[in-house]
Amino acid sequence: MSAPSIPFIEQTAGKSAARSARRRRKGVALAGGSDRRPGWVTYLVLGLVIVGSVFPLYFTVLLASSDAQTIAQNPIPSPIPGGQLWDNLVRVYQSDIDLWQATLNSIIVAVATSASVVFFSTLAGYSFAKLRFKGRGPLLVFVIATMAVPTQLGVVPLFIVMKELGLVGNLMAVILPGMVTAFGVFWMTQYLDSALPYELIEAARVDGASMFRTFWSIALPAARPAAAMLALFTFIASWTNFFWPSIVLGTQTPTLPVALQLLQAGFFKDIALIMAGVVISVIPLILVFLVAGRQLVAGIMQGAVKG
Amino acid sequence: MATQLAPTRGAAPSRQRPPRKIGFRQTLGRWDVKVSPYLYISPFFILFAIVGLFPLLYTGYVSVHEWSLLGGKGDYVGFENFSFVLGQPNFWTGLRNTLSIFLLSSVPQVIAALIIAAMLDANLRAKTFWRMGVLLPYVVAPVAVALVFSKMFADESGMINAVLGNLGIDPIGWHKDVLPSHIAIASMVNFRWTGYNALIFLAAMQAIPRDLYEAATLDGASRVRQFFAITIPMLRPTMIFVIITSTIGGLQIYDEPRMYDQLGQGGNSRQWMTITLYLYELGWRQRDLGRAAAVAWLLFLLIIIFAILNFAITRRISSADDMTRTAKKARKAIKARERSAR
Repeated sequence: MSAPSIPFIEQTAGKSAARSARRRRKGVALAGGSDRRPGWVTYLVLGLVIVGSVFPLYFTVLLASSDAQTIAQNPIPSPIPGGQLWDNLVRVYQSDIDLWQATLNSIIVAVATSASVVFFSTLAGYSFAKLRFKGRGPLLVFVIATMAVPTQLGVVPLFIVMKELGLVGNLMAVILPGMVTAFGVFWMTQYLDSALPYELIEAARVDGASMFRTFWSIALPAARPAAAMLALFTFIASWTNFFWPSIVLGTQTPTLPVALQLLQAGFFKDIALIMAGVVISVIPLILVFLVAGRQLVAGIMQGAVKG
Repeated sequence: MATQLAPTRGAAPSRQRPPRKIGFRQTLGRWDVKVSPYLYISPFFILFAIVGLFPLLYTGYVSVHEWSLLGGKGDYVGFENFSFVLGQPNFWTGLRNTLSIFLLSSVPQVIAALIIAAMLDANLRAKTFWRMGVLLPYVVAPVAVALVFSKMFADESGMINAVLGNLGIDPIGWHKDVLPSHIAIASMVNFRWTGYNALIFLAAMQAIPRDLYEAATLDGASRVRQFFAITIPMLRPTMIFVIITSTIGGLQIYDEPRMYDQLGQGGNSRQWMTITLYLYELGWRQRDLGRAAAVAWLLFLLIIIFAILNFAITRRISSADDMTRTAKKARKAIKARERSAR
């Protein structure tokens, strides 16, 4: 293919090429292969997608705010929430499934795992990114490889282990397996590799700081932005986790998803009550989402991994 | 010295000091430098050994033994657990349901995520709003999603059947029938993950050099053609990643079918009982951990087969010859243009 000259291109491709060339000179970033604003169809379709995202949640609020009779009469709830939301919330907290305790359990597990994942992942990530030691490369590859192993499949022996340790029914049985994740290690390695200059570490070492002191006062503060995101993802994963907690916690010390299951099993006719339970389990994360949704989007786009 | 700070040699404190007499502090410092890296990575490896690697291997050991939930280990039985499981119609029903739900969720999900990503990639107003809006379902626990969808898809008192009824369509047995129940469960999975995957695709799309599109526009390629000739081929690694992760997750599906009715057994004739549900039933309802472990191994095998299969298919689809050729052509054109511009 021979190289067409610039005048030739401007002639044949006309306005759009000229415009994009102008834009480029001005330093305006091009998006989506076109610098035009998208047409209304794009907004309409995206609008429908968002309606699809929000509707099930709105539907939950509608049911949670009506009484059982209204729900039974109308399969399609009226679009305006009824006045029973508070009553139903009170009722669900007074039911024989202890949602206060479940909420507290969920908070304990989510906070403990987030804190420990962030700490241990930063520690390991710092080591992989900035320290040199024998076997570093292969060990890092090993860490990444473990991400592909579906650990859920080990539930049977893991349960046996927890039983031997006497931890069945104990929150530790849920916290322990999630204390550090391969994803977390990988995430922090990636981040610290580029975000933490060697000069800083050396300066601290020359000043006579011990290895751990260097980590604590140099690496940990530098890791803060990535650590916040990692904490966010770990918190969400922990809060929504069901399979393992439902196996190992039993009915005595449920987390919220386990409590929802008990609620459904016990009160399956009382839809309003169950939906009130759903509202309770969803609200904390919706709040987190409203505060940190932007970071969440950024985190996923930086290459977050599912689960 | 095998262990030291990189990249400068001799950053260790013991070398900074005059070599008088090696005191306790220096020895300690050298040990600190040598041992610390291993110490820092050890929590992951120790924990992985206990809760990841050991259980994975131990599953094999448990699966060839009689093993009761309450009584513990019994006799060695060889492959009896496997042959028992493979002889159960319920296992095959579970396999069918798992594959069906998996296909119904992953295929539309990837396609929808690609389309949404392409739209988000346009020069939108209020970008963050749209991105967050699409991601919202991700923070809702699958258990909660399942409860809500189960109500929406209720056979007699559900909203969806009521809406269909208004349109003159007969009610569908969302809980009663096999395929409708799979569609309902797949829709829960799609609800939660489509936006998330769209953002992953979006990130990959934004990494595609814009010049490619410009060149294609100059060549007169329509936007649709650009999407298939440039965007899709350039997204290949991301597609492989998304498809593999959704395979690993999708074949293990448990939360959604478990919560689809209040009994959690996958329907009265096991219409939507998945393999993981069956694993739970064997292990914790029938209290036979040996058989449950056998199911775990079979599921593991299935995941590996599908991961390899998907990998092969994805490579095939997105490397179709003429697409890459178009992309290459576009690249060449750009280079040529830049040359002549100089």
